[in-house]
Amino acid sequence: MNAFFVWMTVAKIVAFVLFILTGGALMVWVERRLSAMMQDRVGPHRANLGRFRLWGLIHILADGLKMMVKEDFIPRRADRLLHALAPILAFFPVVVTFAVVPFGPTLDFAHLGAVNHEGPLFSGPWATTLQVATIDVGLLFVLAIAGTGVVGAVLAGAASDNRFSLLGSLRAASQMISYEVTLGASLVGCILVFGTLRIEQMVLWQHQHVWGILVQPLAFLLFLVAGIAESKRVPFDLPEGESEIVAGYFLEYSGMKFAMFFLGELMEIVVLAILLTVFFLGGWDVPFLFADGLHVDLPFLDTWVWNWPHGVVVLVQLLGFTVKVGAMVFLQMALRWTLPRFRYDQLMDLGWKVLLPLSLGNIAVTAVVLAALR
Amino acid sequence: MPYVVRRPDRNLWEQSYVPETVRGLGVTLRHFFRNVFGRRDTVTLLYPEQRRPYPPRFRGLHRLTQRDDGAPRCTACLCCQTACPAECIHIVAGEYPPEHPLAHVEKYPVEFWIDELRCVSCGLCVEACPCDAIRMDTGLHPRPVEARPHLIYERNLLLSISDTAGNVHTANPRKK
Repeated sequence: MNAFFVWMTVAKIVAFVLFILTGGALMVWVERRLSAMMQDRVGPHRANLGRFRLWGLIHILADGLKMMVKEDFIPRRADRLLHALAPILAFFPVVVTFAVVPFGPTLDFAHLGAVNHEGPLFSGPWATTLQVATIDVGLLFVLAIAGTGVVGAVLAGAASDNRFSLLGSLRAASQMISYEVTLGASLVGCILVFGTLRIEQMVLWQHQHVWGILVQPLAFLLFLVAGIAESKRVPFDLPEGESEIVAGYFLEYSGMKFAMFFLGELMEIVVLAILLTVFFLGGWDVPFLFADGLHVDLPFLDTWVWNWPHGVVVLVQLLGFTVKVGAMVFLQMALRWTLPRFRYDQLMDLGWKVLLPLSLGNIAVTAVVLAALR
Repeated sequence: MPYVVRRPDRNLWEQSYVPETVRGLGVTLRHFFRNVFGRRDTVTLLYPEQRRPYPPRFRGLHRLTQRDDGAPRCTACLCCQTACPAECIHIVAGEYPPEHPLAHVEKYPVEFWIDELRCVSCGLCVEACPCDAIRMDTGLHPRPVEARPHLIYERNLLLSISDTAGNVHTANPRKK
Protein backbone atom coordinates (compact mmCIF):
# COMPACT_ATOMS: atom_id res chain seq x y z
CA MET A 1 0.00 0.00 0.00
CA ASN A 2 2.13 2.84 -1.28
CA ALA A 3 1.49 6.57 -1.27
CA PHE A 4 0.34 6.53 -4.91
CA PHE A 5 -2.36 3.99 -4.07
CA VAL A 6 -3.61 6.02 -1.09
CA TRP A 7 -3.65 9.31 -2.99
CA MET A 8 -5.32 7.75 -5.99
CA THR A 9 -8.01 6.24 -3.76
CA VAL A 10 -8.68 9.61 -2.15
CA ALA A 11 -8.76 11.29 -5.55
CA LYS A 12 -11.15 8.65 -6.89
CA ILE A 13 -13.48 8.99 -3.90
CA VAL A 14 -13.55 12.78 -4.30
CA ALA A 15 -14.09 12.53 -8.06
CA PHE A 16 -16.85 9.94 -7.76
CA VAL A 17 -18.69 11.71 -4.96
CA LEU A 18 -18.55 14.91 -6.99
CA PHE A 19 -19.81 12.96 -10.01
CA ILE A 20 -22.71 11.54 -8.01
CA LEU A 21 -23.68 14.82 -6.37
CA THR A 22 -23.51 16.64 -9.70
CA GLY A 23 -25.54 13.84 -11.20
CA GLY A 24 -28.10 14.15 -8.42
CA ALA A 25 -28.36 17.90 -8.86
CA LEU A 26 -28.68 17.45 -12.61
CA MET A 27 -31.42 14.92 -11.98
CA VAL A 28 -33.50 17.64 -10.34
CA TRP A 29 -33.33 19.53 -13.60
CA VAL A 30 -33.93 16.38 -15.65
CA GLU A 31 -36.92 15.50 -13.51
CA ARG A 32 -38.50 18.91 -13.92
CA ARG A 33 -37.52 19.97 -17.40
CA LEU A 34 -37.54 16.68 -19.32
CA SER A 35 -40.82 15.63 -17.77
CA ALA A 36 -42.24 18.96 -18.91
CA MET A 37 -41.08 18.22 -22.43
CA MET A 38 -42.71 14.78 -22.27
CA GLN A 39 -45.98 16.27 -21.07
CA ASP A 40 -46.21 19.16 -23.53
CA ARG A 41 -45.40 21.69 -20.81
CA VAL A 42 -42.71 24.36 -20.72
CA GLY A 43 -41.12 23.52 -17.39
CA PRO A 44 -38.90 25.70 -15.21
CA HIS A 45 -37.07 28.33 -17.24
CA ARG A 46 -37.34 31.56 -15.24
CA ALA A 47 -34.26 31.48 -13.00
CA ASN A 48 -31.48 33.43 -14.65
CA LEU A 49 -28.06 34.92 -14.14
CA GLY A 50 -28.49 38.17 -15.98
CA ARG A 51 -29.35 37.23 -19.53
CA PHE A 52 -28.45 33.54 -19.20
CA ARG A 53 -31.22 31.08 -18.51
CA LEU A 54 -29.50 27.89 -19.81
CA TRP A 55 -32.75 25.99 -20.38
CA GLY A 56 -33.66 26.25 -16.71
CA LEU A 57 -30.37 24.78 -15.46
CA ILE A 58 -29.95 27.73 -13.10
CA HIS A 59 -32.97 26.46 -11.20
CA ILE A 60 -30.55 23.94 -9.65
CA LEU A 61 -28.76 26.84 -7.93
CA ALA A 62 -32.05 28.44 -6.93
CA ASP A 63 -33.33 25.12 -5.53
CA GLY A 64 -30.14 24.50 -3.59
CA LEU A 65 -30.17 27.99 -2.11
CA LYS A 66 -33.81 27.64 -1.15
CA MET A 67 -33.22 24.28 0.55
CA MET A 68 -30.37 25.70 2.60
CA VAL A 69 -32.19 28.75 3.94
CA LYS A 70 -35.50 27.04 4.62
CA GLU A 71 -36.68 26.41 8.15
CA ASP A 72 -35.66 23.01 9.51
CA PHE A 73 -38.95 21.91 11.01
CA ILE A 74 -39.22 19.11 13.58
CA PRO A 75 -42.66 18.09 14.85
CA ARG A 76 -43.09 18.71 18.57
CA ARG A 77 -43.66 15.08 19.56
CA ALA A 78 -41.20 13.60 17.05
CA ASP A 79 -38.18 11.58 18.12
CA ARG A 80 -35.52 14.23 17.55
CA LEU A 81 -32.57 11.84 17.24
CA LEU A 82 -34.20 9.39 14.84
CA HIS A 83 -35.80 12.25 12.92
CA ALA A 84 -32.33 13.66 12.27
CA LEU A 85 -30.76 10.25 11.67
CA ALA A 86 -33.28 9.00 9.08
CA PRO A 87 -32.25 11.22 6.14
CA ILE A 88 -28.60 10.29 6.71
CA LEU A 89 -29.47 6.59 6.71
CA ALA A 90 -31.50 7.06 3.54
CA PHE A 91 -28.77 9.04 1.78
CA PHE A 92 -25.73 6.99 2.83
CA PRO A 93 -26.39 3.70 0.99
CA VAL A 94 -26.99 5.53 -2.27
CA VAL A 95 -23.56 7.13 -2.16
CA VAL A 96 -21.73 4.07 -0.88
CA THR A 97 -23.00 1.83 -3.69
CA PHE A 98 -20.76 3.74 -6.09
CA ALA A 99 -17.65 2.52 -4.25
CA VAL A 100 -17.55 -0.86 -6.00
CA VAL A 101 -18.68 0.25 -9.46
CA PRO A 102 -15.96 0.29 -12.14
CA PHE A 103 -16.37 3.45 -14.19
CA GLY A 104 -13.63 2.45 -16.60
CA PRO A 105 -10.77 -0.02 -17.13
CA THR A 106 -7.33 0.31 -15.58
CA LEU A 107 -5.67 3.66 -16.22
CA ASP A 108 -1.87 3.79 -16.38
CA PHE A 109 -0.50 7.30 -15.87
CA ALA A 110 2.97 6.28 -17.07
CA HIS A 111 1.80 5.15 -20.51
CA LEU A 112 -1.02 7.55 -21.39
CA GLY A 113 0.36 8.13 -24.89
CA ALA A 114 1.48 4.57 -25.64
CA VAL A 115 -0.57 1.81 -27.18
CA ASN A 116 -1.65 -0.71 -24.54
CA HIS A 117 -1.26 -4.36 -25.58
CA GLU A 118 -1.80 -5.83 -22.13
CA GLY A 119 -5.59 -5.85 -22.06
CA PRO A 120 -8.01 -3.62 -20.13
CA LEU A 121 -7.18 -4.80 -16.59
CA PHE A 122 -3.53 -4.92 -15.53
CA SER A 123 -1.30 -3.74 -12.72
CA GLY A 124 1.70 -1.49 -12.67
CA PRO A 125 3.49 1.06 -10.51
CA TRP A 126 1.48 3.97 -11.97
CA ALA A 127 -1.65 2.05 -12.86
CA THR A 128 -4.96 2.45 -11.08
CA THR A 129 -8.38 0.91 -11.59
CA LEU A 130 -11.15 3.41 -12.14
CA GLN A 131 -13.04 1.98 -9.18
CA VAL A 132 -12.76 2.99 -5.54
CA ALA A 133 -12.80 -0.48 -4.00
CA THR A 134 -11.99 -3.66 -5.88
CA ILE A 135 -13.46 -6.24 -3.51
CA ASP A 136 -14.16 -9.89 -4.25
CA VAL A 137 -17.80 -9.73 -3.07
CA GLY A 138 -18.63 -6.64 -5.14
CA LEU A 139 -22.09 -7.75 -6.24
CA LEU A 140 -23.08 -8.95 -2.77
CA PHE A 141 -21.89 -5.62 -1.39
CA VAL A 142 -24.21 -3.79 -3.79
CA LEU A 143 -27.18 -5.93 -2.75
CA ALA A 144 -26.38 -5.64 0.96
CA ILE A 145 -26.12 -1.86 0.78
CA ALA A 146 -29.30 -1.64 -1.28
CA GLY A 147 -30.99 -3.63 1.45
CA THR A 148 -30.18 -1.02 4.09
CA GLY A 149 -31.99 1.67 2.13
CA VAL A 150 -35.27 0.65 3.73
CA VAL A 151 -34.01 1.56 7.22
CA GLY A 152 -33.97 5.28 6.51
CA ALA A 153 -37.47 5.23 5.09
CA VAL A 154 -38.89 3.27 8.02
CA LEU A 155 -37.15 5.39 10.64
CA ALA A 156 -38.31 8.59 8.97
CA GLY A 157 -41.93 7.52 9.14
CA ALA A 158 -41.72 6.11 12.64
CA ALA A 159 -39.93 9.14 14.11
CA SER A 160 -42.18 11.78 12.56
CA ASP A 161 -45.25 11.27 14.75
CA ASN A 162 -47.55 11.54 11.76
CA ARG A 163 -50.00 8.92 10.55
CA PHE A 164 -49.39 9.61 6.89
CA SER A 165 -45.67 9.25 7.46
CA LEU A 166 -46.15 5.99 9.32
CA LEU A 167 -48.38 4.63 6.54
CA GLY A 168 -45.79 5.66 4.00
CA SER A 169 -42.95 3.96 5.83
CA LEU A 170 -45.03 0.79 6.30
CA ARG A 171 -45.68 0.73 2.59
CA ALA A 172 -42.02 1.43 1.86
CA ALA A 173 -40.88 -1.39 4.15
CA SER A 174 -43.14 -4.06 2.69
CA GLN A 175 -42.54 -2.94 -0.88
CA MET A 176 -38.77 -2.74 -0.64
CA ILE A 177 -38.41 -6.05 1.15
CA SER A 178 -40.69 -7.76 -1.38
CA TYR A 179 -38.82 -6.48 -4.39
CA GLU A 180 -35.39 -7.02 -2.88
CA VAL A 181 -35.92 -10.75 -3.35
CA THR A 182 -36.39 -10.31 -7.07
CA LEU A 183 -33.57 -7.79 -7.21
CA GLY A 184 -31.15 -10.36 -5.87
CA ALA A 185 -32.59 -13.37 -7.66
CA SER A 186 -32.49 -11.71 -11.07
CA LEU A 187 -28.75 -11.16 -10.69
CA VAL A 188 -28.04 -14.84 -9.90
CA GLY A 189 -28.38 -15.58 -13.62
CA CYS A 190 -25.67 -13.01 -14.28
CA ILE A 191 -23.44 -14.54 -11.63
CA LEU A 192 -23.88 -17.96 -13.26
CA VAL A 193 -23.03 -16.65 -16.71
CA PHE A 194 -20.15 -14.40 -15.74
CA GLY A 195 -18.82 -16.88 -13.17
CA THR A 196 -17.72 -14.20 -10.70
CA LEU A 197 -18.94 -11.82 -8.03
CA ARG A 198 -16.25 -9.25 -8.81
CA ILE A 199 -17.90 -6.43 -10.68
CA GLU A 200 -14.79 -5.50 -12.66
CA GLN A 201 -14.52 -9.14 -13.80
CA MET A 202 -18.20 -9.13 -14.79
CA VAL A 203 -17.57 -6.10 -16.99
CA LEU A 204 -14.44 -7.75 -18.37
CA TRP A 205 -16.46 -10.85 -19.32
CA GLN A 206 -18.92 -8.67 -21.20
CA HIS A 207 -16.01 -6.85 -22.84
CA GLN A 208 -14.54 -10.14 -24.05
CA HIS A 209 -17.78 -11.89 -25.00
CA VAL A 210 -21.16 -10.12 -25.34
CA TRP A 211 -23.18 -7.67 -23.28
CA GLY A 212 -25.22 -9.14 -20.44
CA ILE A 213 -28.53 -8.03 -21.90
CA LEU A 214 -28.00 -10.46 -24.82
CA VAL A 215 -27.42 -13.49 -22.60
CA GLN A 216 -29.81 -12.49 -19.80
CA PRO A 217 -32.60 -10.42 -21.39
CA LEU A 218 -35.24 -11.52 -18.87
CA ALA A 219 -32.96 -10.73 -15.96
CA PHE A 220 -32.47 -7.23 -17.38
CA LEU A 221 -36.22 -6.66 -17.40
CA LEU A 222 -36.70 -8.10 -13.91
CA PHE A 223 -33.79 -6.10 -12.50
CA LEU A 224 -35.12 -2.92 -14.09
CA VAL A 225 -38.61 -3.41 -12.63
CA ALA A 226 -37.37 -4.44 -9.19
CA GLY A 227 -34.86 -1.61 -9.21
CA ILE A 228 -37.52 0.99 -9.96
CA ALA A 229 -39.62 -0.49 -7.14
CA GLU A 230 -36.60 -0.25 -4.84
CA SER A 231 -36.13 3.42 -5.68
CA LYS A 232 -39.82 3.98 -4.87
CA ARG A 233 -40.66 5.80 -8.07
CA VAL A 234 -43.64 5.76 -10.38
CA PRO A 235 -45.27 3.29 -11.07
CA PHE A 236 -44.18 1.98 -7.66
CA ASP A 237 -44.44 5.25 -5.72
CA LEU A 238 -46.97 4.02 -3.17
CA PRO A 239 -44.74 4.97 -0.21
CA GLU A 240 -45.05 8.58 -1.36
CA GLY A 241 -48.46 8.42 -3.00
CA GLU A 242 -49.12 12.16 -3.17
CA SER A 243 -52.84 11.72 -3.81
CA GLU A 244 -53.30 9.33 -0.88
CA ILE A 245 -50.83 10.05 1.91
CA VAL A 246 -49.51 13.51 1.02
CA ALA A 247 -45.79 12.74 0.78
CA GLY A 248 -45.45 9.51 2.72
CA TYR A 249 -42.51 8.92 4.99
CA PHE A 250 -40.77 12.27 4.40
CA LEU A 251 -43.89 14.34 4.94
CA GLU A 252 -42.55 15.96 8.12
CA TYR A 253 -39.20 16.96 6.63
CA SER A 254 -38.16 20.33 5.30
CA GLY A 255 -35.04 22.17 4.29
CA MET A 256 -31.84 20.21 3.82
CA LYS A 257 -33.24 17.08 5.48
CA PHE A 258 -35.96 16.94 2.86
CA ALA A 259 -33.33 17.64 0.22
CA MET A 260 -31.40 14.58 1.37
CA PHE A 261 -34.42 12.35 0.84
CA PHE A 262 -35.20 14.05 -2.44
CA LEU A 263 -31.64 13.95 -3.78
CA GLY A 264 -31.20 10.44 -2.45
CA GLU A 265 -34.21 9.29 -4.40
CA LEU A 266 -33.03 11.03 -7.56
CA MET A 267 -29.52 9.63 -7.14
CA GLU A 268 -31.02 6.17 -6.77
CA ILE A 269 -32.10 6.59 -10.39
CA VAL A 270 -28.47 7.17 -11.29
CA VAL A 271 -27.40 4.20 -9.15
CA LEU A 272 -29.92 1.93 -10.86
CA ALA A 273 -28.81 3.20 -14.26
CA ILE A 274 -25.17 2.50 -13.36
CA LEU A 275 -25.95 -0.99 -12.08
CA LEU A 276 -27.97 -1.78 -15.21
CA THR A 277 -25.06 -0.53 -17.29
CA VAL A 278 -22.50 -2.55 -15.38
CA PHE A 279 -24.42 -5.83 -15.25
CA PHE A 280 -26.24 -5.77 -18.58
CA LEU A 281 -24.86 -3.13 -20.91
CA GLY A 282 -21.18 -3.97 -20.72
CA GLY A 283 -20.10 -1.22 -18.33
CA TRP A 284 -17.28 0.77 -19.93
CA ASP A 285 -17.21 -1.52 -22.99
CA VAL A 286 -17.56 0.29 -26.29
CA PRO A 287 -18.26 -1.93 -29.32
CA PHE A 288 -15.17 -2.63 -31.47
CA LEU A 289 -12.94 -0.73 -29.03
CA PHE A 290 -10.26 -2.79 -27.32
CA ALA A 291 -7.37 -1.83 -25.06
CA ASP A 292 -5.03 -1.20 -28.01
CA GLY A 293 -7.53 0.55 -30.28
CA LEU A 294 -10.37 -0.06 -32.72
CA HIS A 295 -10.84 -3.59 -34.08
CA VAL A 296 -13.43 -3.64 -36.85
CA ASP A 297 -14.04 -7.35 -37.24
CA LEU A 298 -16.90 -7.92 -39.66
CA PRO A 299 -17.65 -11.20 -41.42
CA PHE A 300 -16.29 -11.58 -45.00
CA LEU A 301 -13.94 -8.66 -44.46
CA ASP A 302 -10.39 -8.44 -43.25
CA THR A 303 -9.94 -7.44 -39.62
CA TRP A 304 -9.05 -3.80 -39.58
CA VAL A 305 -7.09 -2.50 -36.60
CA TRP A 306 -6.49 1.14 -35.75
CA ASN A 307 -4.24 1.57 -32.72
CA TRP A 308 -5.17 4.36 -30.32
CA PRO A 309 -3.09 5.64 -27.39
CA HIS A 310 -4.04 4.24 -24.00
CA GLY A 311 -5.34 7.56 -22.64
CA VAL A 312 -7.70 8.10 -25.57
CA VAL A 313 -9.10 4.58 -25.31
CA VAL A 314 -9.87 5.00 -21.62
CA LEU A 315 -11.42 8.40 -22.25
CA VAL A 316 -13.72 7.03 -24.96
CA GLN A 317 -14.67 4.14 -22.71
CA LEU A 318 -15.50 6.51 -19.86
CA LEU A 319 -17.62 8.50 -22.31
CA GLY A 320 -19.33 5.32 -23.45
CA PHE A 321 -20.11 4.47 -19.84
CA THR A 322 -21.61 7.92 -19.26
CA VAL A 323 -23.72 7.70 -22.42
CA LYS A 324 -25.10 4.32 -21.36
CA VAL A 325 -25.91 5.58 -17.88
CA GLY A 326 -27.62 8.61 -19.43
CA ALA A 327 -29.69 6.37 -21.68
CA MET A 328 -30.80 4.25 -18.72
CA VAL A 329 -31.70 7.37 -16.72
CA PHE A 330 -33.72 8.60 -19.67
CA LEU A 331 -35.49 5.24 -19.93
CA GLN A 332 -36.52 5.46 -16.27
CA MET A 333 -37.72 9.03 -16.75
CA ALA A 334 -39.81 8.06 -19.76
CA LEU A 335 -41.26 5.12 -17.79
CA ARG A 336 -42.12 7.46 -14.95
CA TRP A 337 -44.20 9.66 -17.23
CA THR A 338 -45.78 6.75 -19.08
CA LEU A 339 -47.19 4.47 -16.40
CA PRO A 340 -49.82 5.16 -13.75
CA ARG A 341 -49.36 4.05 -10.16
CA PHE A 342 -50.12 0.44 -9.22
CA ARG A 343 -52.80 -0.43 -6.72
CA TYR A 344 -51.34 -1.96 -3.57
CA ASP A 345 -52.59 -5.51 -4.18
CA GLN A 346 -51.37 -5.29 -7.77
CA LEU A 347 -47.96 -4.26 -6.49
CA MET A 348 -47.71 -7.26 -4.18
CA ASP A 349 -49.13 -9.59 -6.86
CA LEU A 350 -46.57 -8.38 -9.35
CA GLY A 351 -43.73 -8.78 -6.89
CA TRP A 352 -44.52 -12.21 -5.44
CA LYS A 353 -46.58 -13.93 -8.13
CA VAL A 354 -44.94 -12.70 -11.32
CA LEU A 355 -41.45 -11.33 -10.82
CA LEU A 356 -40.22 -13.83 -8.23
CA PRO A 357 -41.31 -17.00 -10.14
CA LEU A 358 -39.91 -15.50 -13.34
CA SER A 359 -36.56 -14.76 -11.71
CA LEU A 360 -36.39 -18.25 -10.18
CA GLY A 361 -37.27 -19.73 -13.58
CA ASN A 362 -34.57 -17.61 -15.14
CA ILE A 363 -32.02 -19.04 -12.70
CA ALA A 364 -33.12 -22.62 -13.44
CA VAL A 365 -33.05 -22.18 -17.23
CA THR A 366 -29.69 -20.41 -17.11
CA ALA A 367 -28.20 -23.18 -14.97
CA VAL A 368 -29.52 -25.93 -17.25
CA VAL A 369 -28.28 -24.18 -20.39
CA LEU A 370 -24.85 -23.56 -18.86
CA ALA A 371 -24.60 -27.18 -17.73
CA ALA A 372 -25.58 -28.38 -21.20
CA LEU A 373 -23.00 -26.15 -22.88
CA ARG A 374 -20.19 -27.29 -20.62
CA MET B 1 -80.72 -3.15 -9.53
CA PRO B 2 -77.39 -4.95 -9.40
CA TYR B 3 -75.43 -5.01 -12.59
CA VAL B 4 -72.17 -6.47 -13.74
CA VAL B 5 -69.32 -4.12 -14.57
CA ARG B 6 -68.02 -5.29 -17.90
CA ARG B 7 -64.29 -5.48 -18.00
CA PRO B 8 -62.74 -4.24 -21.23
CA ASP B 9 -61.77 -7.11 -23.49
CA ARG B 10 -58.07 -7.65 -23.17
CA ASN B 11 -56.08 -10.34 -24.88
CA LEU B 12 -53.01 -12.05 -23.55
CA TRP B 13 -50.73 -9.71 -25.50
CA GLU B 14 -52.12 -6.71 -23.66
CA GLN B 15 -52.35 -8.52 -20.32
CA SER B 16 -48.65 -9.36 -20.43
CA TYR B 17 -48.07 -5.62 -19.79
CA VAL B 18 -44.65 -5.32 -21.35
CA PRO B 19 -45.58 -4.71 -25.02
CA GLU B 20 -48.22 -2.20 -24.03
CA THR B 21 -45.69 -0.43 -21.79
CA VAL B 22 -43.33 -0.20 -24.75
CA ARG B 23 -46.16 1.27 -26.83
CA GLY B 24 -46.82 3.81 -24.08
CA LEU B 25 -43.11 4.64 -23.96
CA GLY B 26 -43.35 5.31 -27.68
CA VAL B 27 -46.08 7.88 -27.09
CA THR B 28 -44.04 9.56 -24.35
CA LEU B 29 -40.92 9.66 -26.50
CA ARG B 30 -42.82 10.95 -29.52
CA HIS B 31 -44.04 13.89 -27.46
CA PHE B 32 -40.60 14.42 -25.97
CA PHE B 33 -38.71 14.53 -29.25
CA ARG B 34 -41.36 16.61 -30.96
CA ASN B 35 -41.21 19.17 -28.15
CA VAL B 36 -37.43 19.28 -28.01
CA PHE B 37 -36.48 19.09 -31.68
CA GLY B 38 -39.58 19.80 -33.71
CA ARG B 39 -42.56 22.06 -33.40
CA ARG B 40 -43.73 22.54 -29.86
CA ASP B 41 -47.05 21.18 -28.70
CA THR B 42 -46.96 23.27 -25.55
CA VAL B 43 -49.92 25.58 -25.17
CA THR B 44 -48.49 27.44 -22.18
CA LEU B 45 -48.72 31.22 -22.34
CA LEU B 46 -45.65 32.84 -20.77
CA TYR B 47 -47.85 35.21 -18.84
CA PRO B 48 -46.17 38.51 -18.08
CA GLU B 49 -44.62 38.64 -21.58
CA GLN B 50 -47.51 37.15 -23.50
CA ARG B 51 -51.12 37.95 -22.68
CA ARG B 52 -54.24 36.43 -23.98
CA PRO B 53 -56.52 39.19 -25.37
CA TYR B 54 -59.71 39.55 -23.39
CA PRO B 55 -63.04 39.24 -25.17
CA PRO B 56 -64.60 42.65 -25.91
CA ARG B 57 -67.38 42.15 -23.36
CA PHE B 58 -64.97 41.26 -20.55
CA ARG B 59 -66.14 42.86 -17.29
CA GLY B 60 -63.14 44.49 -15.74
CA LEU B 61 -62.62 47.31 -13.27
CA HIS B 62 -65.43 49.90 -13.09
CA ARG B 63 -65.11 53.38 -14.47
CA LEU B 64 -67.38 56.42 -14.22
CA THR B 65 -67.88 58.09 -17.58
CA GLN B 66 -67.38 61.84 -17.98
CA ARG B 67 -69.40 64.51 -19.72
CA ASP B 68 -67.65 66.56 -22.39
CA ASP B 69 -66.76 69.15 -19.74
CA GLY B 70 -65.27 66.50 -17.42
CA ALA B 71 -68.17 66.38 -14.95
CA PRO B 72 -69.48 62.92 -14.06
CA ARG B 73 -72.40 61.64 -16.14
CA CYS B 74 -73.73 60.08 -12.96
CA THR B 75 -76.90 61.74 -11.62
CA ALA B 76 -76.75 59.94 -8.26
CA CYS B 77 -80.02 58.10 -8.90
CA LEU B 78 -78.78 55.19 -6.75
CA CYS B 79 -79.96 52.60 -9.30
CA CYS B 80 -76.58 50.86 -9.33
CA GLN B 81 -76.33 50.95 -5.57
CA THR B 82 -79.76 49.32 -5.37
CA ALA B 83 -79.02 46.74 -8.04
CA CYS B 84 -75.67 45.70 -6.62
CA PRO B 85 -76.00 42.22 -5.04
CA ALA B 86 -72.68 42.56 -3.25
CA GLU B 87 -73.54 45.97 -1.81
CA CYS B 88 -70.20 47.35 -2.76
CA ILE B 89 -71.35 50.72 -4.10
CA HIS B 90 -71.92 53.68 -1.83
CA ILE B 91 -73.13 57.04 -3.19
CA VAL B 92 -73.60 60.35 -1.40
CA ALA B 93 -75.86 62.48 -3.60
CA GLY B 94 -75.68 66.27 -3.88
CA GLU B 95 -77.55 69.02 -5.80
CA TYR B 96 -76.08 71.47 -8.29
CA PRO B 97 -76.73 75.09 -7.23
CA PRO B 98 -79.26 76.93 -9.48
CA GLU B 99 -76.59 79.15 -11.13
CA HIS B 100 -74.43 76.12 -12.10
CA PRO B 101 -74.27 75.38 -15.86
CA LEU B 102 -75.38 71.84 -15.14
CA ALA B 103 -78.26 72.92 -12.93
CA HIS B 104 -80.73 71.21 -15.32
CA VAL B 105 -79.21 67.82 -14.34
CA GLU B 106 -80.15 68.61 -10.75
CA LYS B 107 -78.15 65.84 -8.93
CA TYR B 108 -74.58 64.63 -8.93
CA PRO B 109 -72.54 62.24 -6.75
CA VAL B 110 -70.62 64.12 -4.07
CA GLU B 111 -69.01 60.88 -3.11
CA PHE B 112 -68.98 57.62 -5.09
CA TRP B 113 -67.28 54.63 -3.50
CA ILE B 114 -66.84 51.15 -4.95
CA ASP B 115 -65.30 48.42 -2.84
CA GLU B 116 -63.53 46.44 -5.58
CA LEU B 117 -62.85 43.60 -3.13
CA ARG B 118 -66.54 43.05 -2.52
CA CYS B 119 -67.52 43.41 -6.17
CA VAL B 120 -68.53 40.11 -7.78
CA SER B 121 -68.14 41.51 -11.33
CA CYS B 122 -71.73 40.65 -12.19
CA GLY B 123 -72.28 43.80 -14.24
CA LEU B 124 -75.72 44.53 -12.81
CA CYS B 125 -74.71 48.11 -11.97
CA VAL B 126 -73.91 48.69 -15.65
CA GLU B 127 -77.27 47.21 -16.65
CA ALA B 128 -79.11 49.30 -14.08
CA CYS B 129 -77.57 52.68 -14.98
CA PRO B 130 -79.99 54.81 -17.04
CA CYS B 131 -77.29 57.36 -17.96
CA ASP B 132 -74.47 55.02 -19.06
CA ALA B 133 -72.44 56.59 -16.24
CA ILE B 134 -70.88 53.40 -14.91
CA ARG B 135 -69.17 50.96 -17.21
CA MET B 136 -66.94 47.89 -16.83
CA ASP B 137 -65.21 48.08 -20.23
CA THR B 138 -61.77 48.99 -18.88
CA GLY B 139 -60.22 45.54 -19.47
CA LEU B 140 -58.33 45.99 -16.18
CA HIS B 141 -58.06 43.99 -12.99
CA PRO B 142 -57.96 45.67 -9.58
CA ARG B 143 -54.26 46.23 -9.04
CA PRO B 144 -52.49 44.47 -6.16
CA VAL B 145 -52.32 46.61 -3.01
CA GLU B 146 -50.79 46.33 0.42
CA ALA B 147 -53.92 47.03 2.47
CA ARG B 148 -57.59 46.39 1.87
CA PRO B 149 -58.74 50.04 2.15
CA HIS B 150 -56.63 50.84 -0.92
CA LEU B 151 -59.08 48.87 -3.04
CA ILE B 152 -62.07 51.01 -2.06
CA TYR B 153 -62.03 53.34 -5.07
CA GLU B 154 -63.39 56.86 -4.80
CA ARG B 155 -65.15 59.10 -7.33
CA ASN B 156 -62.29 60.96 -8.96
CA LEU B 157 -60.21 57.81 -9.37
CA LEU B 158 -63.14 56.04 -11.02
CA LEU B 159 -63.69 59.05 -13.26
CA SER B 160 -60.06 58.99 -14.38
CA ILE B 161 -60.07 55.38 -15.58
CA SER B 162 -60.53 54.99 -19.32
CA ASP B 163 -61.84 52.14 -21.43
CA THR B 164 -59.52 49.90 -23.46
CA ALA B 165 -59.38 52.51 -26.23
CA GLY B 166 -58.35 55.27 -23.81
CA ASN B 167 -61.76 56.95 -23.89
CA VAL B 168 -63.04 58.52 -20.67
CA HIS B 169 -66.42 59.50 -22.15
CA THR B 170 -69.32 57.21 -22.78
CA ALA B 171 -68.76 54.67 -25.52
CA ASN B 172 -72.44 54.67 -26.42
CA PRO B 173 -73.37 57.54 -28.78
CA ARG B 174 -77.06 56.91 -28.14
CA LYS B 175 -76.58 58.15 -24.59
CA LYS B 176 -75.11 61.53 -25.59
